[in-house]
Amino acid sequence: MFVAFPVVFSVVLTFHKWNIIAPMEYTGLNNYILLFNDKIFLKSVGNTLIFLLIHIPLQIIIALFIAEILNQKIKLKGAFRGAFFLPVIVSGVVVTILWQQLYGFDTGLFNRLLTGIGLGKIGWLTDPDIAMASIAVMATWKNVGLYIILFLVGLQTVPTQYYEAADLEGANHWQKFFKITLPMINPTIFMVVILSTIGGFSLFIEPYIMTGGGPLNSTISAVLYIYKQGFFYYHMGYAATLGLFFAFIILAVVVVQKKFIEKDH
Amino acid sequence: MKKFKSILFYTALTISAMIFVYPFYWMVMASIAPENEIGSLTIVPTSLTLSSYAQMVDKIPIGGAFINSLIVASSITIGVLIFGSMIGYALSKLVFRGRELIFYVIIFTMTLPFQITLIPQYIIMVKFGWIDTYWALIVPYLINALSIIMFRQYFKSIPDSLIDAARLDGCNELQIIFRILWPNSMPAIITIGIITFMASWNEVLWPLIVIRDESLMTMPQLVTLFAVGGRAESQLGVKLASAVMLALPIVLAYLFFQKYFIQSMASTGIKE
Repeated sequence: MFVAFPVVFSVVLTFHKWNIIAPMEYTGLNNYILLFNDKIFLKSVGNTLIFLLIHIPLQIIIALFIAEILNQKIKLKGAFRGAFFLPVIVSGVVVTILWQQLYGFDTGLFNRLLTGIGLGKIGWLTDPDIAMASIAVMATWKNVGLYIILFLVGLQTVPTQYYEAADLEGANHWQKFFKITLPMINPTIFMVVILSTIGGFSLFIEPYIMTGGGPLNSTISAVLYIYKQGFFYYHMGYAATLGLFFAFIILAVVVVQKKFIEKDH
Repeated sequence: MKKFKSILFYTALTISAMIFVYPFYWMVMASIAPENEIGSLTIVPTSLTLSSYAQMVDKIPIGGAFINSLIVASSITIGVLIFGSMIGYALSKLVFRGRELIFYVIIFTMTLPFQITLIPQYIIMVKFGWIDTYWALIVPYLINALSIIMFRQYFKSIPDSLIDAARLDGCNELQIIFRILWPNSMPAIITIGIITFMASWNEVLWPLIVIRDESLMTMPQLVTLFAVGGRAESQLGVKLASAVMLALPIVLAYLFFQKYFIQSMASTGIKE
């Protein structure tokens, strides 16, 4: 019951106009027509996809790189692991407030670094072409620690005999990495892709605090837009429609990823 | 060659570790630096001051928010452990019709994106009159699919003979769960406890929706509205001080139980 009711209710809502206070008004397919003509919503979905396209590859490359080094015979492994994991446990609110300062135009650490080596300042959060990428880099910094750990676990499942056999045949480090490691940890890569896709689709608090969705709606995420429609304008029926539609996009993307990676395997 | 390689590894690791730790260090330093020095701060300020903290305490009820967060996160964690173990027990050790069906329904709820249920759940809260109460913050989280699945999995590894023996000794079902299974399931309880507490401590979207009354706000919500609204008056130090306060409890817990945190988070990723 507690599962079915919200879902069914959500579907019913999509055919109505409702601000919670006044009685529900049946509007047929109007919400769906609105949705397909809503440039900001379509942009917010596009923004979220852009975010994922930057975030996921970056996350996998960095996490794999660090996990690969940590998997060697390294002293102080625990301390390093602990450092990478620190942003994972901290609230996204903290990370966002902190990075807002780092990205600051005049006194932010990044621009101070750039001017220090003689380069020009970058509008990390004020340039519409860059702002979403800035948020994706921050999100990667926040989450990558978890994926380093997952890859470490994955790397340890690769039997050492495989590497020994490759050594006998004179394979170099890169050959071993691409011919043995990558295929063997394919399940971990799949898991990382799915987890960060689902996480990325719920992108909300970062643009909410950092940019409010701007500049020029370049960082408005789908969840942020649904939140605004629902809890700023109280368009309950429309927000439910957006939520339902967006959930189908999420499912579609995950299914496609699954097919793609399984075929690859 | 070998030596060169290991130097390379340590250098890469140290630089990467710095990238992850230094911003936090900078944040703490900036929060105790004089406001006019934050813009040029790199390692240490010329003098230390708690004025950012004093101003923050003046402007927002951070102490009350801390208590609220503690109440909400603890209630959710206790609830999830109790209900999760009860349902997990039923699904792993009791035989009844429809057991598998219920299990699959629970898995299905896990795969359901929250974007669908956000609006209906809010409306339920409105109809129950729970807006601006602790109920809205706690009740929707009390039953958690992941915890049920993890308890079910763990209880399966506990032999039935232990439960049969307890039953012969006259234990009822609740006593079996809390007296027999709990002491034998500490790893599962620690894992579920940590991830639940951490997730509820850091949750911010739902509180933003159901709480408007400042005296009921949890820390992430209060700090968010403080940073976004005009009350921090664009003073960096005050904003950063509130962020430090929000991070502090979890970071302290992390320093003491680092191993458990990492294991817990990693194991939930792996089981999904």
